[in-house]
Order: sequence, then structure tokens, then C-alpha cells
Amino acid sequence: MAQISASVFTSHVPAIGAALDLGKTGEDYWKPVFAGYDFAKQWEKEQKPDVVFLVFNDHATAFSLDMIPTFAIGTAAEYQPADEGWGPRPVPKVIGHPKLAAHIAQSVIQDDFDLTIVNKMDVDHGLTVPLSLVFGQVDAWPCPVIPFAVNVVQYPVPSGRRCFMLGKAIRKAIESYDEPLNVQIWGTGGMSHQLQGPRAGLINREWDNAFLDKLINDPDGLSKVPHIDYVREAGSEGIELVMWLIARGAMSDVNETKKGNAPTVRHRFYHVPASNTAVGHLILENN
Amino acid sequence: MSLDKPYTDVPGTTIFDADMSRMGYHLNQFCMSLMKAENRARFKANERAYLDEWPMSEEQKQAVLDRDLNRCISLGGNIYFLAKIGATDGKSFQQMAGSMTGMTEEQYRDMMVKGGRSVEGNRYTGEKK
Repeated sequence: MAQISASVFTSHVPAIGAALDLGKTGEDYWKPVFAGYDFAKQWEKEQKPDVVFLVFNDHATAFSLDMIPTFAIGTAAEYQPADEGWGPRPVPKVIGHPKLAAHIAQSVIQDDFDLTIVNKMDVDHGLTVPLSLVFGQVDAWPCPVIPFAVNVVQYPVPSGRRCFMLGKAIRKAIESYDEPLNVQIWGTGGMSHQLQGPRAGLINREWDNAFLDKLINDPDGLSKVPHIDYVREAGSEGIELVMWLIARGAMSDVNETKKGNAPTVRHRFYHVPASNTAVGHLILENN
Repeated sequence: MSLDKPYTDVPGTTIFDADMSRMGYHLNQFCMSLMKAENRARFKANERAYLDEWPMSEEQKQAVLDRDLNRCISLGGNIYFLAKIGATDGKSFQQMAGSMTGMTEEQYRDMMVKGGRSVEGNRYTGEKK
């Protein structure tokens, strides 16, 4: 049986990818950001996940306004880094896990969540920056990745509640897979930021840290926070944080049928700024 | 019965909803086309001619030519799409975001280094700081 061993949460700022790719990680501005991921890099070497289920949002890259899936699961064998307007990032291609992804799609759709199945897409910084932050600059990513894209660009976007419930359905799907795989689920995007209009640059440290507290201790309560609170308090693009509730919902302590113990907080990090945003990062291990 | 849009009273913020998406469809699809190097080259060579290939409104075309991102947003543009114009111009996301705030690039960068724009006074339109 496949098991979810841990959840990893991180921002996915494009400028972080640019800093890595252009060799700026030693600059004073970037040092504290990358230092926040030293623990994750070491920890991943010990954890050796077989598969990462990576929840992210596409930033008008694979999905234009021609089609806007609310939830899309990648079932392809591989994914190329996208050209977002300045050429593709010089990072390895992403190897998928088509068999597990198809199994999850089958299970989750039968559990009443409407997923779009994607057999071809390029992946943007939303997916590749978290991989770089956590696995470092490598010649090949250490394990297959199942991309799971969430629409947080065009409103209405899915509620925190729906994301949390979806996480539960994903956990159930993964645990019903016959091979003994060590699966990690990552929630990416956020924390507070606004990229548009005269209010651009909004950062709310207090709200972000309260979000992290509740994500750890009261995810059910957190899942009931309405969208408008994210917009008002964390900026229009702070809405990306709903994706963290998918990863959190997949943890065993919120499993209704076979409840596990509270997760262990292995690492917590928060920093302002990276470009226009706050950076948040959290690692929870299942118990 | 009108739809619930509780986000209309957030200052300096336009939420990209289905109505904005409808209005900005061609503007945003033009932006998407800039993900291809050959299209970026064609756009740079003659911006007006390239824009004329898209069924955008004259206002939308002018807003792009002026690089007036606030105007683009008011006409249905979405920042993640508009970012492709900035990328084509060689601008960072921070330069693009800063350009919409009425601050200089340096002022905006300094504000971010100091912890960003405070939420105090910025939650509701007309709120006193």
C-alpha cells in the first residue's frame, strides 16, 4: 500500500527561480530566503520519497483563457519546463507517474471531485521553483512528480473547504494503491502578496503566521475562512494559500475513518520579502 | 438576483472574475502569444501591427502600447497574463508590480525590503490609514 509520509508547504515565487538560475543565491537579498530551505534539502535526502504529489497553480502558462480547469491532474510520463516569456528555466524535465496519477484520478472523480485529466502540459515556476527549493540544483529530479494544478487565477476559485475535502479524497486514493510507495504531498504558492494595481506589495506578517499556526493546529477551522478574507488580509494573490489546504487535508490526523495523531512539525520558516511576496515554508510528518 | 461579489470594496484591487475574463479574453490571449520567442520578436519589431492581428478594442491596444498595466487590468487584463508583456520587455515581476503603485521603482523596492505595504488602512475602500 502506498502511504503519505509527509506534507511540504512552500511559496513558489518566480524571482526565486531566476535568482537560482542566474547564480544570485549568495547575494545578501537572497541568502536568508535560501537558508530557510537548508533543512528541507537535507531532510529530503533522508526521506527518499518515491513520488511527490505537487499541488500548484498554473500562471497562464499551460492553461490560457481558452480552458480553465478548476482542478487538473497530470497523468503524463513527462513534463517540460515552460517558456513563460523569458525562455524555459534551465532545470531538468519533470518525470511523471502516470500509473499512480491515473489511479488517483479514477478514485477522486468517483469521490465526487471533478478533475480534468491532462496528458500533455508544460509546467511553469509554480511547479519548478518548489522542486528547486527543496531538492536543490540537480541534474535530474530525485523522484517522479504528479502535477496537480488548481485554478486560483480566474474567480470563482475553489473554496478552502473544498480544497481541504479534496485533500482527504487524494489521501484515500493514494492509500488504496497497491504498490508500497512513500508519497509526499506538497502544497505550494502564497503567502501574502498582491501583484496588481495600486495596492501591489501588500504583506501581512501577522495573518501569514496565524495561517501557519492554524494550518498546523486547526486545519478544519482554517478551511472555513472565506475567500474575501484572503483577498483583504493577504492580497489578491494570497488566495494561492487555499492550495495548502489540499496538502493538509491529505494528512492522517484529519482522516475521519482511521484517525492518526497530530503531525510532527519538522520545520517552519517565514521571511519577507522575495520580490513582491512573503515566503512561507513548513514540513509536517505524518504520525 | 445578482451574484455575490464581496471583493468590490477592496482598495486598489480588481478581482479577475468571469466578467473580467469575458471582457479581457483577446487581450489576455494576445499576452499568451508572447510565450513563443518568434512572436516576441514579431511584437517587438512592430507592436502596433502585431496588436492589430488581435480582435482587441482600441483602448486595450493603446493601454498595451502605453504599458499602462492598471488600464489593462481595468479593461479585463489579468496580471499573470500581462506579465508576459513585462517578460518580453525584460522587466522583472517586481518592476511590473511597482509600476502600478504610483511609486518609483526604488521606492517600491525599498517598501518591500522594509516588509511590504501594510494592510492597515488597506482593507476597505475609503478606510482611513
